[in-house]
Amino acid sequence: MKEVKIFARAGQGAITTAAILGEALYYEKKYAYAFPHFGAARMGAPMNAFLRLDEKPIRMRSQVYEPDYIVVIDPTLIESQACFHNVKSGAKAVVAVRESTQLPKVEGVKIYTLPAEKIAMDVIGRPFANTVLLGAFAKATGEVKLDSVLKAVSGRFKGKPQVQEKNVEAVKKGYENV
Amino acid sequence: MAEAAKLCRPGVVAAYPITPQTHIVEHLAQFVADGELNSEAINVESEHSAASVVLGAENAGVRSFTCTSSQGLLLMGEVVYCIAGMRLPVLMICANRAVSAPINIWNDQQDSIALRDSGWIQLYAENNQEAVDLVIAGYRLGEDQKVMLPVMVCVDGFILTHGMEIVDIPSQEDVDSFLPPYTPPFKLDVNDPMSFGLLGDPSVYMETRYAIHKTFEDVLKKIPQVGSDYEKLTGRDSVRLVEPYKTDDAETIIIAMGSVCGSVKDMVDDARASGEKVGLLKVVTFRPFPKQQVREALKNATHIGVLDKDISLGSDGALYTEVKAAVPDKKVNGFVAGLGGRDITRKTIKSMFQLARKEEKSCTFIDIKPELLWEEFRVS
Amino acid sequence: MFSVLASRAKTSRKNKTGSWRSTQRPKMLGKECIACGLCKFVCPEGCVEGTGKNEFTVDYDYCKGCGLCAFICPKKDVIMVPNQDEEDTKEDKGDT
Repeated sequence: MKEVKIFARAGQGAITTAAILGEALYYEKKYAYAFPHFGAARMGAPMNAFLRLDEKPIRMRSQVYEPDYIVVIDPTLIESQACFHNVKSGAKAVVAVRESTQLPKVEGVKIYTLPAEKIAMDVIGRPFANTVLLGAFAKATGEVKLDSVLKAVSGRFKGKPQVQEKNVEAVKKGYENV
Repeated sequence: MAEAAKLCRPGVVAAYPITPQTHIVEHLAQFVADGELNSEAINVESEHSAASVVLGAENAGVRSFTCTSSQGLLLMGEVVYCIAGMRLPVLMICANRAVSAPINIWNDQQDSIALRDSGWIQLYAENNQEAVDLVIAGYRLGEDQKVMLPVMVCVDGFILTHGMEIVDIPSQEDVDSFLPPYTPPFKLDVNDPMSFGLLGDPSVYMETRYAIHKTFEDVLKKIPQVGSDYEKLTGRDSVRLVEPYKTDDAETIIIAMGSVCGSVKDMVDDARASGEKVGLLKVVTFRPFPKQQVREALKNATHIGVLDKDISLGSDGALYTEVKAAVPDKKVNGFVAGLGGRDITRKTIKSMFQLARKEEKSCTFIDIKPELLWEEFRVS
Repeated sequence: MFSVLASRAKTSRKNKTGSWRSTQRPKMLGKECIACGLCKFVCPEGCVEGTGKNEFTVDYDYCKGCGLCAFICPKKDVIMVPNQDEEDTKEDKGDT
């Protein structure tokens, strides 16, 4: 079983990210349990979403404390939310960065960075880094195929062709930028 | 869960939104609005009204569905008792949430436990798949003409209601073949006028309670039958009284209800890998309480630990009391954990395995923060 | 297992609660009646029957003797009399 912790601000699509990854894993006949850090948050408040993935059904229901992978959607949270705290040795981190972002040096953690917000602005026209990071996650971790993520993203926006097209493009760009 | 309810074709849906149950109602309302579910979605101004609506609908011979949580369930309280007393097989999903005060929207099982004596069949789901299964099987069970009792399917708030996982939803044809249309032996009918919910004076009241109590004995026999039919349909044996997990040779057995059972199963496997003989007994059916099955599963155990996500203040956890009464000669340790959404971690469960082997204590709170406890009233 | 849960309509008529009546009962004089129906309308037991002038009757099997019919009657054509006063109650009795 692998555990993923996603860092974002409420409204940046962390839960959607976890849910889409879960759906993508389902297309590969894997099991997933995607869940938010439970509670009432308002837009902009730091929050987490979690994902567990495995070849067999997931039973563990606690929150994720020692993740195998972390995804940072909002780079301004790296320090304040101690994103790299208790990350497992050998973990991988997929981090959206800006020019000013300073990354900590964490031993035993491989960090993949990409300007996800900028890519999102270019492709979608709005700074939603989450779909970009989905592509990056697929490439960096190898846990899920790009095609599965694209299928899940297309499904999510199936009622809105324009949004669907842009988000599919964003996932691809994320994949290419790692 | 909304999908499962939809498959059961309820003719009336009435619920008042409350976290963490809200999106179940929202989805059902959407199904009705989109014409996917041919049902009356009745807007109500409170949970008390929601319960009253489904009481009336069910009494008129219509399969009904409601769901609530926490304060909402308590507000329904008096109608919850009426529904059972009037022998109306309403199905309710209770998204388990802590009860105020202090106000808390997170998960524990205090709310449904508070209504355990109301005459409802109470089933606790470990995961979303079981929630789906228990809803469908719950209607079949409650509507059995020899049963005619309401069913509360309890699902841990947030952990299940907001957790997304892969679930197998049976087809409409399968559900239709498993669950025939609701045909009550009696109902409100203008062509055959009858009164229900009557005064039951001392000359008759006690028999009405006795009848429900005796029916619960039949329910203990019916659940495995319904479970076996459901398994034939879906291949899943999720509808049951208890689920023993590696208990046969276990010296230490933890007993629990709901989603935490999944976590305990993982920890049982971990502990067994390092040679500890531990097991889990999951209680699916809490009302009626399957005393015999619990006794049977615990017969070889030396150390028993009961995990309660509720507390009968001034006594012990509700599940603890039941288990101890089932095996009075055994050493049983009681644990209260995860109240108000405090996360039950791997460490929490490990500490319960250890404490279960110590001397008998009926009620130990796990993960208590001593720094938040004072002898005097303080303003923080 | 089931116990007492429902009863059919009109079965409560078996309980002839007229036996609860205290000391007085209404008496329809049947002289000044204008068929306004107020006595029938106000009766909390619904035991006043009738439609035409001077045709209203009281069902003493259920009448509690509250006196509202006598109080409301604009023609004072209903009066309250002691229960035992006259033995005309049988004539006035409606269908049971």
